[in-house]
Amino acid sequence: MINFNLFVLPFSLGLIYLLIAIGKSWYLWIKALPAHDKVKLKAGIRHPQLMLGAIREVFMEGLIHRKMWLRNPLMGYMHTSFALGWFLLIVLGNIESRFYSGTHLNAPYYPIFLKFFIHDKLVIFFEVYTVPGIFRFLMDFILLFVLSGLFLAIIKRQKSKWFGMKRAAEYQLTDQISLICLWMIFPMRLLAESYTAGYYGSGGGFMTQPLGGFLVSITPLPSDFIAYTMWWGYSLALGIFFITLPYSRYMHIPTEILLIFFRHCAIQPRKWHSAFSDVEVHACSRCGVCIDVCQLNDAGITDSQAVYFIRGVRDQYVPDEISRKCLVCGRCQEVCPVGIRTDSLRLIKRRELFSSQPSDYSFLPTASLSRGESPRQGGVAYFAGCMSHLTPSIIRAMKGIMEKAGINYVQIDENRSICCGRPLMIAGKDRQANDLITANKELIRQTKAELLVTSCPICYRVFREEYTLPIRVQHHTQFILDLVKSGRIPLQAHFKKVAYHDPCDLGRGSRIYSAPREVLAKVADLVPVINECSDALCCGGSLGILNVSQQQRDEMTKISLSTLMKEQPEILVTACPLCKKTFSKHAEIEVKDIAELVYKAIPG
Amino acid sequence: MNKQVVVIGAGVAGLTVAGALAEQNIKVILIEKEAQTGGHVRNWDRLFPSRRHGSEVMDFLDSNLTKQVDIRRGVTVSSIVRTQNGFKVTLANDDEIDAACLILSTGFQLFNAAKKEEYGYGIYDNVITSAELESIFKSGKEIATKNGKNPERVAFIHCVGSRDEKVGNLYCSKVCCVTGVKQAIEIKEILPHCEVFSFYMDLRMYDRNFEELYYEAQQKWGVNFIRGRLSECAENPDHTLIIKTEDTLTGKPLKMTVDLVVLLVGFTPSAGTGEIVKMLGLKTGQDGFIASADEHFLDNNTDIPGVFVTGAVKGPACIVNTIADARATAQQAAKYLFTLKTG
Ligand SMILES: Cc1cc2nc3c(=O)[nH]c(=O)nc-3n(C[C@H](O)[C@H](O)[C@H](O)COP(=O)(O)OP(=O)(O)OC[C@H]3O[C@@H](n4cnc5c(N)ncnc54)[C@H](O)[C@@H]3O)c2cc1C
Ligand code: SF4
Ligand code: SF4
Ligand code: SF4
Repeated sequence: MINFNLFVLPFSLGLIYLLIAIGKSWYLWIKALPAHDKVKLKAGIRHPQLMLGAIREVFMEGLIHRKMWLRNPLMGYMHTSFALGWFLLIVLGNIESRFYSGTHLNAPYYPIFLKFFIHDKLVIFFEVYTVPGIFRFLMDFILLFVLSGLFLAIIKRQKSKWFGMKRAAEYQLTDQISLICLWMIFPMRLLAESYTAGYYGSGGGFMTQPLGGFLVSITPLPSDFIAYTMWWGYSLALGIFFITLPYSRYMHIPTEILLIFFRHCAIQPRKWHSAFSDVEVHACSRCGVCIDVCQLNDAGITDSQAVYFIRGVRDQYVPDEISRKCLVCGRCQEVCPVGIRTDSLRLIKRRELFSSQPSDYSFLPTASLSRGESPRQGGVAYFAGCMSHLTPSIIRAMKGIMEKAGINYVQIDENRSICCGRPLMIAGKDRQANDLITANKELIRQTKAELLVTSCPICYRVFREEYTLPIRVQHHTQFILDLVKSGRIPLQAHFKKVAYHDPCDLGRGSRIYSAPREVLAKVADLVPVINECSDALCCGGSLGILNVSQQQRDEMTKISLSTLMKEQPEILVTACPLCKKTFSKHAEIEVKDIAELVYKAIPG
Repeated sequence: MNKQVVVIGAGVAGLTVAGALAEQNIKVILIEKEAQTGGHVRNWDRLFPSRRHGSEVMDFLDSNLTKQVDIRRGVTVSSIVRTQNGFKVTLANDDEIDAACLILSTGFQLFNAAKKEEYGYGIYDNVITSAELESIFKSGKEIATKNGKNPERVAFIHCVGSRDEKVGNLYCSKVCCVTGVKQAIEIKEILPHCEVFSFYMDLRMYDRNFEELYYEAQQKWGVNFIRGRLSECAENPDHTLIIKTEDTLTGKPLKMTVDLVVLLVGFTPSAGTGEIVKMLGLKTGQDGFIASADEHFLDNNTDIPGVFVTGAVKGPACIVNTIADARATAQQAAKYLFTLKTG
């Protein structure tokens, strides 16, 4: 028997087209990698452990959608049923078809349309203990599983709230065509298989067989004709979906697979738009999870969230304003199920836009220690940071703590403060920031200190990420924790009802969550807050955004503050001068830095 | 029917309005939360622009208070209820007063300078406010830094808590510029060798004789006016202060060491006003001060018939303007009482 029929053509051609399109994209991306990354990729592919890890991740994220489950089980189920279900249909379909054809070499369409070609009259449908019976049961069961996901997907379009999403991403035309085809595939398969089973009176499973019988009984037209039409419909839906896929959001599926392999081969993201960031951009599924977490919504801004920004980059059109309109708070990055470094992508764009702007730092103070700032061999270099100069009580507390602990320290930015450079960097002005970095590095070197301590998470981050210093760097929360642990500062006072706010650059930016909490546990009763640790809100004072109005900032600050006030704390503590300053304006209670609280708690 | 008026707040505005109503034989109950009347002006030494003593104004206002004015000191209002005949005002000491109409003259509150932390108020020893400097003048004490020396360099900082979106106050406080000029002259009078610097954004010498005072400060006393907003203040180990700003006329960053910093703090809506706004459900403007019914035609009325507002409760004002405003309020209130009687 020749297993061919004209209707398999749309599917087959679509599949060939899709494979070529994906192959081409992958090829171009890999080709664009710098030589040393290509070497890494080659080595990675030959490394079985790495590959196993990557495959495992593809399975967990691409098929099971683990991160979606963590966010919202309903959404997780929807994704799993679709992806895993479809995958299982293909795998089982293949095995099943081998059982019938007895060969490994089947045309790709054969398992997909198996029920068209095979009408097994020998086994009645409830006889599940035979091999074909088991297959039929399983294939029907999985089809049902996929259809349940489809059902949820349709509901989700109407009621995204049930899926934990207040706002859903808007789709473009190609996305919509793809979506309709995707939604058609499985109902068409159900109808095709059911009509066929109904027509032949056998060959179906627990669902398709009775359904087929019923459908045949109520359809006035010849049921073999209807069945055949349905097979065409099924094939067409598949074919059109495959052809539109490379131009739709679904391209994210093959792209994410490549991204996972890139990551497992330790291919490093770069500071400029590169093959890596292009893959990231195309791996965005436009799931819209990043929309709700974005605080720009609180300021009435709804066109600048990561998903829209990334769409702009992919379509090679992002208005400058959108690139600049972002707190760079990292909240979207934290929840993105694909793990796209949304912040870095935004900074890449800003660099393209702004790094060539001229700058003049001729007024920079000379980079040498001034009078009274003798080097501290083996001691501590303290860098308060520009923001701490606006909150002098933090500097005073830090100096007090270091004096009480008998630390041999020198403050680098007491008389002349040179900015750490991060504000410029998040504005995309890396080149300009380098002037500052060079000056500060020289100062730090001259102190001969062993440890650099800063009061500002913004400085801390840039010291660690960009300065490549030969000495250790600590934020003062870590430094204070060490002092407390080693018993160098005795703590006596105890404060009641203290709420702690995680600053963006200390928390999400530097993953320092426990040090401040351990310190506070020694001096205060911490009360719970609504959003904390990686889920903490930005205070609204972010230096990452300059094109919002003060009122818009105020809105974000007020909402952020309200999440901290849940248990009516008496003191709000943070570990960033900018957060302190921003909250102070609106808070009705005292806002203090962790250093101030500790300093107050030292007896005498 | 009892046609008495309750005036809340006995600063310049409250005292003036009470006096003017008493003159027309209207019974007034004047409520003041402090033990003494006079409001802010009680703390001011000499007044701009004429440099007359504040106590002279106080005496004048007190002299207008006849027996018709029943002053209740040291007590606040705990509730106000609207009744058929007007208002029932309950005081914190449980006294109940029936009023045909209410006049709110609860004034302003100084901006809390600690909110502008970068200027170091409450952190550094030698940062004080203009109000504190006024008290020093008034007490006749020596002008000295914390370690007891006469300052050789003093810096006045304009617009502290005013015209500053970052602290949430966009408005100008109107009187601090001229207060700063007046106080700069006074420092020079007492300490002729002391250098005085004023850091301003622009100088608002809006009223009669103000500009002349500014001229005097420059020409006669050599006060240095530098255009630039202070960015931050830092303290040296010897407790002198480093102020950092940018001279916006020359476009250069500027750093200077001084012995004393005086912050010209602005007006903010007072907490006492806030309480009454809540009790009555009154409207406030974006700036938080009480909104009058119409800026041109009904500037002493509110949206509630029988409730009048006067003085700094509506926003920054100098004494001259406050007195004029309070007299107008008395006129409006008397007219209202008259229509009640006849209508
Ligand atoms: C530093 C400084 C210097 C100044 N120097 C001058 C100057 O030289 N010349 C000049 O013309 N102007 C000067 N002014 C302006 C002047 O102080 C005001 O014009 C004046 O105080 C306004 O008077 P007022 O009655 O409206 O308010 P206030 O003076 O604030 O009086 C309000 C009164 O109401 C009372 N009160 C508040 N709430 C309640 C309540 N709930 N119940 C009962 N009582 C309450 C208060 O205790 C207070 O007594 C100066 C201002 C400042 C800040
Ligand atoms: S950036 Fe991430 S979270 Fe946002 S739409 Fe894309 S995949 Fe979803
Ligand atoms: S970084 Fe923050 S502000 Fe920017 S898009 Fe993401 S969530 Fe929104
Ligand atoms: S009066 Fe002068 S000092 Fe006061 S707020 Fe206005 S401009 Fe600033």
